Amino acid sequence: MTDTVIAIAKPLSRFGPGQPVPGHRPWPRWLVDSQHWNLAAAQLAVGELSLLGLWGDVDSVHMALHDPREVSFAVLSLPCPERCYPSIGLRHPAALRLERALFDMYGLVPEGLPDTRPWLDHGRWPVTHPLAAATHNDGGGRRYAFLANEGHSLHQIPVGPVHAGIIEPGHFRITASGEIVVRLEARLGYAHKGVERLLLGADLARASQLAGRVSGDSTVAYALAFAHAVESACTARVPPRAQWLRALMAELERIGNHFGDIGAICNDAGFGLMQAHCAVLRERVLRAAASAFGHRQMRDCVVPGGLVADIDAGGGGAVQALIDEVRLHFPALIELYDSTASLQDRMVGTGILDGGLARSFAAGGYVGRASGRDFDARRVPGYAPYDRLHFTVPVRQNGDVNDRVWIRIEEVEQSLRLIEQILAELPAGPVRMALPVCAGIVEGIALVEGFRGDVLAWVRVGADGRVARCHLRDPSWFHWPLLEAAFDGNIVADFPLCNKSFNCSYSGHDL
Amino acid sequence: MRKLLFQSLNQLPLTEPPPPADAVAELAAALDGRARQRLGRSLAIRMIDAGSCNGCELEINALSNAFYDLERFGLHFVPSPRHADVLLITGPITCNMREALLRTYHATPSPKWVVAVGDCARNGGCFAGSYAVAKDLAELVPVDLYLPGCPPNPSTLLTGLLALLQAQERV
Repeated sequence: MTDTVIAIAKPLSRFGPGQPVPGHRPWPRWLVDSQHWNLAAAQLAVGELSLLGLWGDVDSVHMALHDPREVSFAVLSLPCPERCYPSIGLRHPAALRLERALFDMYGLVPEGLPDTRPWLDHGRWPVTHPLAAATHNDGGGRRYAFLANEGHSLHQIPVGPVHAGIIEPGHFRITASGEIVVRLEARLGYAHKGVERLLLGADLARASQLAGRVSGDSTVAYALAFAHAVESACTARVPPRAQWLRALMAELERIGNHFGDIGAICNDAGFGLMQAHCAVLRERVLRAAASAFGHRQMRDCVVPGGLVADIDAGGGGAVQALIDEVRLHFPALIELYDSTASLQDRMVGTGILDGGLARSFAAGGYVGRASGRDFDARRVPGYAPYDRLHFTVPVRQNGDVNDRVWIRIEEVEQSLRLIEQILAELPAGPVRMALPVCAGIVEGIALVEGFRGDVLAWVRVGADGRVARCHLRDPSWFHWPLLEAAFDGNIVADFPLCNKSFNCSYSGHDL
Repeated sequence: MRKLLFQSLNQLPLTEPPPPADAVAELAAALDGRARQRLGRSLAIRMIDAGSCNGCELEINALSNAFYDLERFGLHFVPSPRHADVLLITGPITCNMREALLRTYHATPSPKWVVAVGDCARNGGCFAGSYAVAKDLAELVPVDLYLPGCPPNPSTLLTGLLALLQAQERV
């Protein structure tokens, strides 16, 4: 981890009633009482703070916060000896599902939480509260009470968890009045694999492998977030070449996914031509990645301490050829997108996400940036080598499907710029270092900008060098509820379009 | 748009030759024992994600791009299990997906084939042993073919699916 991160991540000083918990890096972690916890809830509710994550521990809850005005970050921890804590979701809806999930996993009760339905736990596991003192469960399942809708001639459309396309499992309950959607309610958790418990006691190699499989499309972002968190905890300084190559991988992952999304969104509007051409570009990205790093999706390439291997001798050439290819063909596709009236008719004004909601939920990635939220983890809190690279972060204001497509288009252009700079200035040297041996328990946290938004990783490494606890928060936690809001009042037929424009991760959310 | 379409007409197709025949034949031979029904030289595929990390889905989607062009072999994805011959199953079979998976299997008319895609669907992959995943897909539904990889690349997927076609023809 670099000095940059540590320098920028100033403490949220108003929450420092005592000494921060020692050994937590780079942001401070403050032990607070319920009064300060509630103060944070109030500040989240009025938008003075942004919620980056809320997760459990054996006997406490943690909350990662960002103060956009002071550009500072901190973690608040509230001990829960009575196994309950004041609900944040009561005042700040972005925390609702996080608290429901936290109860499922730990059995810690959020006092005052308005929605106490189980979230990830469908009653199908052989245990309840698997991260606390797990008790036996028959696994027979239980009914889920969807929210009530009242009105004349409403009808419900249940969709999933097995979908018509090649996508992940999730259930959507659409209530419509004729064609107009009255409410969309998602039920998730179908892809829950119990990652957090698998991480308990895992050595760093295995934990890194698991982190890279939380959401397969963001395998580099997750492995990077986990590595950053571990490296912060151990105060390891990764060799510069590894940092630069990690950024190269992250940008390749970003453009590959953006090409896939741009094509798929247009396809969901019935415009298959864009899909055909974008899928070719995506395939070229994956092939370049395979040439350079040995795996099409670059799995298991990033590890704590650096990289598993240096870029292949011919890798730079393959990536440069990819850039040339994209620069040759992508402009015509952008023009096609922008000048096809029938496509624009579907995109513009569809699925509008209100900017206030986007800010309140601290929506990352193209979802937040298409609704005016100017946040990019590569810039703030920032990490190497982006402090040495030139790029701009596109932000738009309309918040519709069209703007979410345009953010992706503009980010592709920025990523191409970044990749060219990386290829031109790639430092020499080793790509991996041995992690320093840590005395005692250390903790680290990191925020990494994946293609979908900021991925949060928090890790506690024990004195044995194994993971004592780890939490990985996907950007989709905040995107899923916003999709429901953005889809309100649209027509049923635009659901695929809206859904794909968000492209939330099911697996990343379900853990 | 016209310019782009004309350009596409003038250039050679990107589509690549099919996987080597011996690789396909080898897999097809392995399948012989189960190949009891002739489905004709076309397969309708229904995909079920039983809790994958979505890596397998990305590569299954890639089968439809111009390089692999799955449909030239008579293979195509269908939106309903009612129309399917083959179920492609990914993921470590989470407890939360078990019922949906079984219902989809039973909704698929016989004769049907089950192809387990990826290391997770074979034995749970790196999620094996979790409280939240089933022990073994084969305990739930009969599996005809395993395609390994994390995720399997499109060539592996294509080879496996072609083997399925070839195995049927021999019966």
